[in-house]
This record gives sequence, C-alpha cells and structure tokens, in this order.
Amino acid sequence: MKEYITKTGSGNIAVDDTLLTKGIETTAGSKILSGFVPLFSADAVERAEKAGYTVAGKTNVGEFGLDLVGEFSYYNDGDEILHGAAAELIAKGEIKGALEVDLNGAPRRAAALSGTDFIKPTYGTVSRYGVIPCACSGEQVGAAAADAQETKKLLTAIAGHDGKDGTSLPAESYDYACGKEIAGMKVGVITQLFDTASEETKAVIKNYAEKLKALGIAVEDVSVEEISAAQSAWQILMAAETCNNVSRYDGVKFGYRTPNYKNIDELYIGSRTEGMNLLTKATVLYGSDVLSKGRYFTCYDKALKVRRVVADKFKELFKAYDALLVPACGKTEYKKYDIGKAFETVYEESAYTAVPNLIGIPAMVTGGVQLMADHFGENILFKIAESAEGTDK
Amino acid sequence: MKYEIVIGLETHVELATESKIFCSCGGHSNHGEPNDCVCPACCGMPGMLPVTNKHVVELAVMAGLMLNCEINRCTTFDKKSYYYPDLPCAYQITQWFHPICTNGLVEVETKNGISKIGIKQIHMEEDAGKLVHDDWSDTTLVDFNRTSVPLIEIVSRPDFRSAEEVLAYLEKLKSIFRFANISECEEGAMRCDVNISIRPEGSTELGVRTEIKNMSSLSSIERAIKYETARHMDALERQTEVLVQETRRWDDIKGKTFSMRNKETAADYRYFPDPNLMPIVIDDEWLAKIKADMPASPEEKAAEYRELGVSDKEIELLISKRNLCDLFDALRGKGCAVADIVSWILTECAGVLRKKGQVLDELRISADKLARIIAMTSSNEITRGAGRKILVAVLDNDVDPDKFCEENNLAAQGDESLINDVVKKVIAENEAAVKDYLGGKTKAFQALFGGCMKQLRGNGDPAIIRTQLENELAKLG
Repeated sequence: MKEYITKTGSGNIAVDDTLLTKGIETTAGSKILSGFVPLFSADAVERAEKAGYTVAGKTNVGEFGLDLVGEFSYYNDGDEILHGAAAELIAKGEIKGALEVDLNGAPRRAAALSGTDFIKPTYGTVSRYGVIPCACSGEQVGAAAADAQETKKLLTAIAGHDGKDGTSLPAESYDYACGKEIAGMKVGVITQLFDTASEETKAVIKNYAEKLKALGIAVEDVSVEEISAAQSAWQILMAAETCNNVSRYDGVKFGYRTPNYKNIDELYIGSRTEGMNLLTKATVLYGSDVLSKGRYFTCYDKALKVRRVVADKFKELFKAYDALLVPACGKTEYKKYDIGKAFETVYEESAYTAVPNLIGIPAMVTGGVQLMADHFGENILFKIAESAEGTDK
Repeated sequence: MKYEIVIGLETHVELATESKIFCSCGGHSNHGEPNDCVCPACCGMPGMLPVTNKHVVELAVMAGLMLNCEINRCTTFDKKSYYYPDLPCAYQITQWFHPICTNGLVEVETKNGISKIGIKQIHMEEDAGKLVHDDWSDTTLVDFNRTSVPLIEIVSRPDFRSAEEVLAYLEKLKSIFRFANISECEEGAMRCDVNISIRPEGSTELGVRTEIKNMSSLSSIERAIKYETARHMDALERQTEVLVQETRRWDDIKGKTFSMRNKETAADYRYFPDPNLMPIVIDDEWLAKIKADMPASPEEKAAEYRELGVSDKEIELLISKRNLCDLFDALRGKGCAVADIVSWILTECAGVLRKKGQVLDELRISADKLARIIAMTSSNEITRGAGRKILVAVLDNDVDPDKFCEENNLAAQGDESLINDVVKKVIAENEAAVKDYLGGKTKAFQALFGGCMKQLRGNGDPAIIRTQLENELAKLG
C-alpha cells in the first residue's frame, strides 16, 4: 500500500489526505482532485505545528474517506489484508501521531485493526476549516497515536475555537484532565452492537471489559433500540451532504478534467465519471435521492428528527453510564473486496460508528475496542484508556 | 371577454455591505478587473467554510421592517443545488425553509389610486458569478467577483393587476432601499423575475403562469409584461398556442419572450439546511439595536420637512437621496435657518454641480464647511456671490472657507464712507433708473443695488449698501 502521497522529509506526525496542507498536493484519495495544491493549511494542521509537531507527510485515504479504512483510494496499490495508512505507520513506530478526518468511522476502524489509538472528539471542538468537506454536520478532525497519552497531547494541541468555522464552539482550549476516580465508574456494553460482531471481536470486547472490572469499573449490558435508526439516519445525512459537497468538482476550476468533451455538459459528466470511483458515485446517487422532491420529508427531514431522538436517548444513557463500550467494527480482519460491494459493506460496518458522527459525541478507539462518552467527555475516555493501557505495561 | 392580469414579483436586491455575505471579500461587483475580488471561499475551494456577515442580517431585517413584515427571530440558511459554471460550489446558499421576514405589505400609488401589495417573504442569499462570452475566440469566461455578494429576495404575493402597479412598486422599493442605505439600487443591483398569468375578470382561479427571468430595466419589464399579456390573450381568445407553465427569457432587441424551460425539464434543487451555518437568532436586544439604527422612511422625512415649511417640490428633491437629507439634518443641527439650507442645497450646490456636469446625487460636502458658508452669508460677513465662490472652492478642492475667504479678499466691504461714495456715483450715473424708482417702479432699486455691488466687485456689505441707497434716494425724492 502506498502510505505516503508526498514526503516532505522528517517530521513526527502524518496528516491524512482529506486535510489541506499548504503547498502540498491534497487529493482526498480521489482522481478528481489530482494536482490540487491548497493555498492554505487546515486549522488543525496549523495548531499542531504551532504546538511543536512537524508534518512528516500526507497519508492515503479512501476516496473522500467514504470506505472502510482506505481500500478504495485512487492512489492505492491495494493490499490483500486491509489497514489504514496512518494507523499502520503509527503501529510500526514510524510516526508519533496523525491527524485524520472521521466522517464515517474509517480512522476508528483503522485504529482498531492496527491496535493503535484514535479519538474523534466532540463536534465543534476542533475546527473543520481546511477539511475537504463531505458530511459537514458530523465529520471531525481526530487525533491518532500509539497510546492514550500521546493521543491526548495531540488532541489538546488541535482543539479550540476558530473564527473561520461557523460551527466552532467558543472555548479557546480544552483541558482533558479528569477529576473522577476510575474505581466506581460505570460502563455499558450496547448489546445490539455486541451481538452482531464476530466471535473474535466479541472476545476482544470481553477481554477489555475484564480489564475495566479489574480497575474497579462496573460493566453491564445495555440495550439501545435506537442503534439501527441511528445507522440509517447517518447514512442519509452523510450521503446527502457528501452529494452536495462533492458537486463542486466539475473539472472547471481545479483538479482533474476529462480530455474528451465538446460542451459544458460533456465536460461535467466526463470529468466526474472518470474522476470518481463507484463508492463515491453510489453515495452521490443515494444522497441525491434522499434530497429529491417527494423524498425529502420521508428521508432527509426524518433523519434530522431521528438525530434528535438518538441524541436524547444518549443523554439519558450518559446519566447512568460514564462511557459505553462497543466494537469499532464487526471483525478483527478484513480482506480486499470488490468495489461493487463497497456501499453495502461500509453501511453494514457503520452501525458501530454512526452514533458519534450523528450526534457529535466523542468516541475513542483503544486496545481494539471503541469507547463513547457524552459531549465533552473526552477526559473520561482518556482516563479509562490510560488506566486500561497501564494494566498492559 | 374581459381579462385581468395577475402578476407576482420576485425582486433581487444587492445589499450595500462592505464585504460579501460569507467571506471578507469586498461586497460590490461593479468594480475592477474580472476576478480581482475573490478568495478561496467564494471560489468554492474545498476546505473553506462560510461565516455569516452580520450586517447582511441587519439590512435584511431593516428591509423587512420597512415593508411591514414579521421578523422571524430564528432563521436558517439552506443549500440549493444546481450545476452552472458561474456557481463555483454547484450550490447556492439561500433561505428556503425559514426565511428572515414574512407577511409584509406595501402600498403603491398609480393614477388609478392606491393598491396594496402583499409581501410573502424576504430571504437572504448569495449571488452567483457572471459568465462572459468571448465571441472572438468562441470561449466563455467566468468572473467570480459577483459570487457571494449579498442579496435579499423580496417575494410578493400575486397582487399586481397592471404593469403600472409593478413599476410603481419597484420605484417605491428603490426609493426606500436607497434612502435607508440598504442598497445602492444601481443598474443591475435590482433584478426581477416576473410571474404572470391572465384570467377572465371576476374569476378567482389563477391562469397558466409563465415566469420571465432576470430583468433589470424598468422599461424592459413594462414591455415584457405587455408582450406576455398579449401572448396569453391570443392563446386564450384565438387558440394561437397552448399555454404551459414555463420559464421564459425576455429579448430586449427582438421585443419578445422565449421559452427557457418548462415544468418537465425544471431542475430539482434538492434544498436542505446548510450544516455549516448555525441558525441565526435575532433576540430582543439585537432587534432593538437594528430599529434604533434604522433611518426614518422617505415618507416620515417628508412629513418632518413639510412641518418645517419646506415646499412639496423641494421635499421631493431632498428625499430623492439620503445624502441630501443627512446634509439637511446636519445643517439644521448646526443652527442654519431652513430657508437658507433649502436654497444653498437646491440652488447653490445644485448650480455648481450642474456646471461640472454632475447631479445632486453626487453631492459630497462637509456639513461643517457648508454651515460656515451659510453663517457667513446670512450675517453679511460676505456677500452671496462671495459665498458661491467659496462653495465652488470647497466642492473642487475641499478648502477651508475662512482661510479661502481671507486669502481671496472676499470679506464684505463694510467701509461706510467708501460705500457712500459708490452709492452717490451709481445714482449719478443712472439717471433713468433713479427716475423710474422715484416714479414708483420699486424694481429699479435692484438695478441700482446691483450697480453698487458691481462697483464693489461683489464684496460690498449688502445691508450697508441697502441702507445708504435708500437714504440717498430718499434725499432726492
């Protein structure tokens, strides 16, 4: 697999290719953006640099970050066993950390498969300025590293208010220190997500739950009926927003332009047909459909209402639980598969990752499992992850 | 059969803000070279995010208040998707679900009386760019200067029954918006889509509607309405064609409308709320501040001036442009008399501008300086002629009135003995006029007065001349 698109020399963090880097070609894994060199860097990249991190290079992503872990990038060599580019470099110890955009769970799945850490923070805490946009209402820049402590350091560096992003929350910075004692915390395991996972994945979750119990955390099963509605709702919102956002790539202003056209319609259709892969096209079609006349109120508008219902449900859950423990993906290993199956495959896997994107809560992958907390509950997630990692050493 | 025309208007007005609606580029489209007023955001580059210009919201609220609308305290932006090369993101940010103002009313006056035109809604949106076709090389070029320039769209109810009402309404919007500095309403800054249908008089059902897109000149709008009305009547009366709901384009040279697209080929714009822009909440405090900053309407200003004794004709000239009213009010604030203000603005300033080939709209003068000129002339420190000279210098080079007066020896001649000599000389040299005056022709006095002023090169103190002239003439009588 081609891990680096561009090498800029030495450095200690990687930046995934859906984040703009000034002067370095940024393609979001798509042919349609080939040759696109941004005029400015993402706010998260600038903040990381200000905090002393240096960018080692860009890591490959699946086209627009829509796939499982990066298997459908235009710039992919394609390995038999799937893994995410940034997570793999961290696992090998080649870089200290990475900034990655989480819009449908790809960096979380990648971290789980590589055994590294990744946090998708609370929506609005990290600026989306400079994120190649897809699913604006739920995508966030997250931090990846080899352990919870390094992940926390990197997230601390990039989080904080940015006037260039209208959805950025007002706090200038975030302190992820946690005053709450580990012993006495309560963690719920969502049965709907546990039951559907593979036996290997179930074992990973059980094993992690034992670790938590050993730390004095109460672990119990909890049924959350809303999971499948949340999964559908995020699919609808994510696809609709993506459809709208990628419509700007028309071959006119930047990126790839088809050489074969005689008029403006052929220029649009040709550039987009040749420039985007089947998964992106399926997402665009699906998104276009749920926004169309006659479908808007039964699909898109309903998904917005489901978002509210799910948010309320999780508010309730977090009154009873400090965190929720679920798989980040259904299996512990994925093999190369045909792109014709990508839309359904990713949708199936998104059951595990959709809720944090849908309602903006933080989610952390550590030790092969996923922990979710209430809005601004990153400190709880870091505390649990650090404690559990401590028991490994 | 008698028919009735039913017209509804969608009017786009470019707002007079410093910057564009979602980025900090300068707001005005009609300046400079193509694409010199663009940034990565208004060019649609990925990664840029829109941030709402608060001034746009304030101007939209003001427009709503002036058109008697309800102001919606929570308003949101939506995305409208369609492909066109002048639209860099392939979507326009507009307001579809929750527009900022709704349910307004405007009264317009035509020769047939006053008609009430309902306003369905006013919403904020961004403008698109411009395509320029280069016939020489047979290419089409894109200019993004106008992209993201703030607009409000005022959607009327189908309440117009004649082209005259449409024109009166548009004139009224123009005067209100220019007056409140909401929009300059210059050429192209106000554009209309005209929805038109006809029906038998007395019918309550609407006929088949056609929409004529994107018209900016009032005369074209009038001609297009007349053309469309005739076309619809021909279709109904003489079955010349079957009317379909469609969008048409007006060709000003051919004087005809042409079909652009019909209902079947209409685009599905796939509106949805823009997740990048948080809902805008207009709380009591903000609304109160906007109301406090809102200037009086032209009608209110006219009533105020009428009260001060300004004539209707003068009022009409003054309220045609906000800068004149601001100047008027500033001069009042500095203690100038109403009659002096009116004559200095409408006679003297207008005269100087006319000589320069300019109109009153273009008057830019410091109220302090004009007030000083008025004070000097009304206290006879200088003559009106000298005042006029100073005015020219102020308008040309923005000079200091007192300094200019001193440097050019414009102070009124108040030397009584000198003036007395001149008066005697003029009386001696103008026997005919003296005779006329003594014979009862009082107008002759002006001629003698003018003669004296001429001898004093226009700088004589008019009050002293008048008294002395009267005294000397009395001696003869």
